[in-house]
Amino acid sequence: MEEDTIVCRCEDLTLADIRSVLQRGYTSLEEIKRITRCCMGPCQGRTCRDLVVKEIARSSGKKIEDIGLTVFRPPVKPIKIKCLLGVWEHE
Amino acid sequence: MNELVDAVIIGGGIHGCAIACSLAQKSRQKILLLEKKYLAAGATGRCAAGIRQQFGTEINIRLATASIKKFEQLQDELDYHRNVGLLQHGYLMLAYSQSELKQYQENALLQKQIDANNQTSLLGVDEISEMVPQLNLKGVVGASYNPKDGHVDPFLATDAYATAARRRGVEIRTDTEVTDILLQGERVCGVVTHKGEIIHTPVVVNAAGAFGSILGKKVGIDLPLYPERHQLLVSEPLEMFLGPTIISFFHGACFKQTPQGSLILGVGDPQHEIKALNERSSWQFLGDVARKLTYHMPLLENISVIRQWAGLYDMTPDAQGIVGETGIEGFYLDLGWSGHGFQLAPAIGQIMAEIICGEKPFIDVRVLSLERFARGELIPEPYCV
Repeated sequence: MEEDTIVCRCEDLTLADIRSVLQRGYTSLEEIKRITRCCMGPCQGRTCRDLVVKEIARSSGKKIEDIGLTVFRPPVKPIKIKCLLGVWEHE
Repeated sequence: MNELVDAVIIGGGIHGCAIACSLAQKSRQKILLLEKKYLAAGATGRCAAGIRQQFGTEINIRLATASIKKFEQLQDELDYHRNVGLLQHGYLMLAYSQSELKQYQENALLQKQIDANNQTSLLGVDEISEMVPQLNLKGVVGASYNPKDGHVDPFLATDAYATAARRRGVEIRTDTEVTDILLQGERVCGVVTHKGEIIHTPVVVNAAGAFGSILGKKVGIDLPLYPERHQLLVSEPLEMFLGPTIISFFHGACFKQTPQGSLILGVGDPQHEIKALNERSSWQFLGDVARKLTYHMPLLENISVIRQWAGLYDMTPDAQGIVGETGIEGFYLDLGWSGHGFQLAPAIGQIMAEIICGEKPFIDVRVLSLERFARGELIPEPYCV
């Protein structure tokens, strides 16, 4: 079942992938993001972030609210380069 | 509680991890690596992940050539369980004037002198157009190209070193900031962490990047080092279409396609960028990138940006690293890489371990000593983005 459950659709990560890095000793979302690339695809973690945090909580015995999140980086949603053209100039 | 170790390495970037790994291979001593946040949280994890041999100074060519050979073997050498994202798709450096082209020619000659197997060659406009048909070649007079340059995943390469280091007995403590360095006369005798712990050690390595100047002050050394923010953004993943990493030093622009298919786009803007310990990205950067990158490749206007971020260059007066011993016995430096440090870590990790063990390093790095600034012997590297 772990092998079939997709946690991160953008980077094609299964529950088994996430559990295996937890077993290897990675405990923070910052580290897991960088090693697995979860939260780094086009959805920027909208789907996987909560699921990975729940797995961290489950394996560490911590409360969900005590698990630190990653920095939310702009833009909020994907934006086409042409929408950015000609908008700003340096002062 | 007071602890006693044989060496403390400060900084959990790829340099700190590579030093720890090499040092642990040479000796069975107790080695402790301390990182303020998490591994690769600083410049390593924020860099553009490039590796290249096309440099303009002898020392960088030697270090880069040795490092690329090590990157090619890294997975086997460190017995890492996965590929470190190595992709040798080449670097294409555009020339916009005859003088720039002449400089590339001289660099290529120097690279060949140092490494007979170096494959850097100069390309004419037709060859560039064949290699990257989507490129706007207006004003381009030629380019320098090396097919063995490319990409390595900074997180995985750092993790490969850290994992091997731990296996060799190194202890890595993340979320641990060094707040003071203790001296006994003119020699190092320990460090203090933010929790107030005192760790006694005769060896301290400062591999803290732009934050390293704060640590220098703790032992009375004023490092000629300042932070300079640089920014990048990444696109949605696309089908692989772009061969080499494209660099225009003339425009301060650089872009590439990663093994995940995303494009990483960067623009160097040292004139306007903040010179402080500020790792937050700016909205102005989005406009700069959009204008500059669609100039080089107009079809990029149709791709979507998914994330932007910033990181810090640890700039020195000649944009070269500072490596080796200092006036304080037991206090070693490996920082100041000014934006090209990630790719040189495999060679420097070994060199630092050799220096700390009192051996002759496999590449002579005396030109990168701290004293060069006092002696006025700067070795400017012109080829940085």
